[in-house]
Amino acid sequence: MTVLVLAEHDLGVLGAATARIVAAASKLGPVDLLVVAPDAAPIAEEAASIARVAKVLAISGLAHAPSDALTDLLADLANGYTHIVAAAAAVGRDVIPRLAAKLDLMPVTDVIAIHSATRFDRPIYAGNAIETVSSGQAQNLLTIRASAFRPAAGGGSAPIETLGAAPASHQTFVSDSRTESELPELSTAQIVVGGGVSFGSAEKFALVEGLARTLGAAVGATRAAVDAGYAPNDWQVGQTGKIIAPDIYIALGISGALQHLAGIQGAKKIIAVNSDPEAPIMKIADLALVGDIFEVVPALTAELQKLGLKR
Amino acid sequence: MKILVAVKRVVDHNVRIRVRADGTGVETDNVRMSMNPFCRHAVEAAMRLAEAGAATEIVVVSIGPKQSNDVILTALAMGAHRGILLEAEGRVETLTVAKLLGAVVAEEKPDLVLLGKQSVDDDSNHVGQMLAGLLGWPQATFASEIKVAGAGLEVTREVDFGRTTVQIALPAIVTADLRLNEPRNAGLPMVMKARQKPLAVRPAAEFGIDLTPRLTVERVSPPAERVAGAKVATVPELAKLIAADVAELEAL
Ligand SMILES: Cc1cc2nc3c(=O)[nH]c(=O)nc-3n(C[C@H](O)[C@H](O)[C@H](O)COP(=O)(O)OP(=O)(O)OC[C@H]3O[C@@H](n4cnc5c(N)ncnc54)[C@H](O)[C@@H]3O)c2cc1C
Ligand SMILES: Nc1ncnc2c1ncn2[C@@H]1O[C@H](COP(=O)(O)O)[C@@H](O)[C@H]1O
Repeated sequence: MTVLVLAEHDLGVLGAATARIVAAASKLGPVDLLVVAPDAAPIAEEAASIARVAKVLAISGLAHAPSDALTDLLADLANGYTHIVAAAAAVGRDVIPRLAAKLDLMPVTDVIAIHSATRFDRPIYAGNAIETVSSGQAQNLLTIRASAFRPAAGGGSAPIETLGAAPASHQTFVSDSRTESELPELSTAQIVVGGGVSFGSAEKFALVEGLARTLGAAVGATRAAVDAGYAPNDWQVGQTGKIIAPDIYIALGISGALQHLAGIQGAKKIIAVNSDPEAPIMKIADLALVGDIFEVVPALTAELQKLGLKR
Repeated sequence: MKILVAVKRVVDHNVRIRVRADGTGVETDNVRMSMNPFCRHAVEAAMRLAEAGAATEIVVVSIGPKQSNDVILTALAMGAHRGILLEAEGRVETLTVAKLLGAVVAEEKPDLVLLGKQSVDDDSNHVGQMLAGLLGWPQATFASEIKVAGAGLEVTREVDFGRTTVQIALPAIVTADLRLNEPRNAGLPMVMKARQKPLAVRPAAEFGIDLTPRLTVERVSPPAERVAGAKVATVPELAKLIAADVAELEAL
């Protein structure tokens, strides 16, 4: 009854989602945590400190997480594991269904609750319904929504086992385009400030970033704001963007379309600023201020700085 | 190159769905249905490859009830050449859909299969990757740009840190994200013309693939409801409340 978990990482650093996926997966059985990275050793060191990890498996290679080779690698390791688990993020979404087809298994993806080793909840229809499914399959492949689970503690010291060469990929990497930002990671941030298309330009969207910086928050955006080029695609929150569950979400000039709400259902507190009191987001916000973002956001940022807020 | 595009009929994305009181599912009777938005982007991408002279034939395929004809007609009106409907009633799991598409690929031998990245009903995000796995083909998922590059494709993908561009050889699978293009609306003449285009209807059962679901859907329930909270009148008031919340977070 051992579970294989694929670790999330970026730029040689373990992703914050990993400790959450481990916590979720440990409900299923002892966890072996697999790190596949160009230089796996330092990431494996970090991974070994996550509590409830039985063993870390480290494989060096496979830069840029090519789906074909990563799938082959997981298929080679699959034997002996009851569950193979990844985060419901770009790599997990890319690889788990491909692996499932190779192993002739039906995966359960975007899991938000684990009732037993074979019973899970997953959202459908942009989170407007929750499906409880059970699986009679001998092995289960899952992706887990990190924001739905609390992270496992640190302080562990799991043994690290270094494995041999990774299989080859047939896809050729061309280039990456990264959003450089010193703000916290969106998917696991405690506070997120989101901006909509109503900011009207990338220059004005900087008001959202200004408030976020004051609060030590991450920045999110609506699809409309991303499509308009005011914010990078990896800031999009919603059905097709990132799913977040911060303690506080501040929605600025956002209407609250159901596809956007899909991404913020897990937020503990929603604060909305909108000039339209009838906007859907105002109907579900815990705190709502009717006002013009171009006046409210600079004033709010200044006021919070005056209150000596610094994170 | 020959392109196969998979399109799914789903509850229209503007509909506010209702969960049935008995927990058996989502109400789909008398609800507006349409082509899954991501599939529209896939059809548009195929059309642009054809218009650029890179593709010669576009075949659309849908798996579902008889009424899925509608979404095939939509794709034909957008410019696809012919359609195939694999008729199946009830719940067809993504793994089964991928296997059925695999059977169509074996018959049609396309160089490229375009799909949406996810269906907005089940939000699975599976089928493209599964089909690629079954066929052993390269996949480029969540595409926001597709360029023909030599004998293959250069595809830009939307990922967690921004975007990444990969080169893959054909035959291949590409799944469309929303920023890939702006799908066209077919005018009335194209809609009329679509009805003249070939559309083969075949029972899904004819392919000898087991259509029985692997997972049991025990229950479908509504999510926890959020209700409106307090109104705040002024910015200083809001700032105080936020500062208090943040202080509480810090204290934890
Ligand atoms: C398949 C599909 C998937 C989608 N996925 C996503 C997704 O993942 N994430 C997402 O966000 N969207 C998604 N969308 C898009 C979604 O439906 C909405 O179009 C989008 O969220 C709207 O963004 P918005 O709130 O910025 O813009 P709008 O809906 O145009 O709202 C603008 C709001 O700003 C307010 N406003 C205007 N001026 C001011 C001002 N000066 N001061 C204060 N308030 C002002 C208005 O009252 C309004 O409420 C998806 C759509 C589809 C079809
Ligand atoms: N029943 C179906 N018929 C045709 N294509 C489908 C069907 N289900 C899924 N697809 C394709 O697979 C994509 C991803 O769907 P999914 O994996 O269900 O989220 C869709 O955008 C379609 O292109």
